[in-house]
Amino acid sequence: MGTYIGAVLILIWGLAPFYWMLVTAFRDNRFVFSSSPVPSHLTLDNFREALATDAGNNFFGAIINSVIISSITTGLALLFGVFTAYALARVDFRGKFLVTGVILAASMFPGVALVTPLFQLFTDIGWIGTYQALIIPNISFALPLTIYTLTSFFNDLPWELEEAARVDGATRGQAFIKIILPLAAPALFTTAILAFIITWNEFLLSQQLSNSSTEPVTVAIARFSGVNPYIPPHAAIMAAGALVTVPLVIMVLIFQRRIISGLTAGGLKS
Amino acid sequence: MTTSEKSPAPLVEKRFDWRPAWMVGPALVILAVVIGYPVVRAVYLSFRADRGLDPATGMFSEGGFAGFQHYLYWLTQACPARGGDGTIPCPPGVSAVDFWPAMGNTLFFTVTTVSLETVLGFAMAVVMGKSIWGRSLLRAAVLVPWAIPTAVTAKLWAFIFAPNGIANTMLGTDIAWTTDPFYARMAIIVADVWKTAPFMALLILAGLQMIPGDVYEAARVDGASRWQQFTRITLPLVRPALMVAILFRTLDALRMYDLPVILVSANSGSPTATVSMLVVNEMRMGNFNSASAISTLVFLLIFAVAFVMVKFLGANVVDDRTGKKEEIR
Repeated sequence: MGTYIGAVLILIWGLAPFYWMLVTAFRDNRFVFSSSPVPSHLTLDNFREALATDAGNNFFGAIINSVIISSITTGLALLFGVFTAYALARVDFRGKFLVTGVILAASMFPGVALVTPLFQLFTDIGWIGTYQALIIPNISFALPLTIYTLTSFFNDLPWELEEAARVDGATRGQAFIKIILPLAAPALFTTAILAFIITWNEFLLSQQLSNSSTEPVTVAIARFSGVNPYIPPHAAIMAAGALVTVPLVIMVLIFQRRIISGLTAGGLKS
Repeated sequence: MTTSEKSPAPLVEKRFDWRPAWMVGPALVILAVVIGYPVVRAVYLSFRADRGLDPATGMFSEGGFAGFQHYLYWLTQACPARGGDGTIPCPPGVSAVDFWPAMGNTLFFTVTTVSLETVLGFAMAVVMGKSIWGRSLLRAAVLVPWAIPTAVTAKLWAFIFAPNGIANTMLGTDIAWTTDPFYARMAIIVADVWKTAPFMALLILAGLQMIPGDVYEAARVDGASRWQQFTRITLPLVRPALMVAILFRTLDALRMYDLPVILVSANSGSPTATVSMLVVNEMRMGNFNSASAISTLVFLLIFAVAFVMVKFLGANVVDDRTGKKEEIR
């Protein structure tokens, strides 16, 4: 009774605005303000308009940019994060507490404090309009998250296998590569999804440090203007929004359990 | 902000062990370059004067040390006097006059959204914690708002709050959501709470699930009411998780940028302008030094809030992350 009413309300909360975006994305532009929740007057025109390369919009290019930026950022964050997480979870060393504190501080860091100096620096060295100008700052958000999530996963791994390998004469490095990495593969995958989504969704730094040839989808959608600058192309914007969110939402629905465990590990405790 | 004296003394080691150094080193070097360098540079720039014509000599000058001039510009609206020393009160239209309204908006959004998200998130977490049919569907559904980029969230709610949009249709109203100052702020709060209350719910749910069920069993046997169970067992036991969730959401809300910029207006004088927006607008006008000063102020504000929450409110984040299993207090 009460619980089920609550459950229905939560479902509506989470899905209704997203559903509204989808319905509008497929609706003929003339009926964009229709209040009927039933899909009607269906068309693909809005998607055509969203992907058209006129009026200064290049949404398809922005999707490619986002894929490039998010993939490389995720890869680098995993590469550098996995060793740090392993050391934090498994090796006793002096300064561990300090390292944890530094990474924690980095994860709480306001991105807006980086904008001005990075913009000046990247202007000076001619990096505005390059991918590295977006990838490198994004690592500052993805890397702390990667380290936390992986550290808590490493903590939960059964260590007996590694110890057995060490007893059999494997070095720590061999044990890491042959035993730990395969065991941690699901955790690495989960962390990769989280880092990818975080980077895909970043806006502030991307807006300032990109130009029209490197801008990611978040920036492209924000300045999406359509043909007539005085009439916001609502339906086309919803179509563009659907294009960049539906893959994420599908990913979230499939890997829901893992993502929640990763999020709460990164956000809470081991 | 971390209190190192709380940590257990590390095991005494005779020689320096290089292996953890090269495992941890690269990540630390990257963070130092990507975060450390810009922050140091921003603080440095905030104390430098703008390049320009020196009125005394008529020559182009490189700026030099400016003291707290840029900080006073924002905090007290003291503009440099034309053609001489000293300062005058800033005339209207200068971006400094937008500072305190933006600070007020930022704090207002932080307090209202985090409060609403905590209450709603708690309610959602309680429902999601019950073993009911379709529980995983429920948990997947609350991840949807989290996964949607804020830029898209802002566009989506801009559409919902359009003059003839679905919000006005459903409420039977004729509200100018994005131009009326009061309703524009409401629109930001609604969109932000929609997006992030579910995230709060997941963090609180994780905390709730750490509470062993037999505690409630024992309380029921002793005749505790539902309300007593909630206030005497649930709240104290979920407190550590709750505080961490509140801390993270608070720091996030303090740096709010995308939502007001895209949903309402990027104008630093808009009724929903935040301090982060002032930084970007100032930088776009080419005033890098005063932009650095305000970004340093944002940075200080966020770290002060984090410090207070960690130190005095018991948002115990560091111990949870050092790899030790923490027993439930």
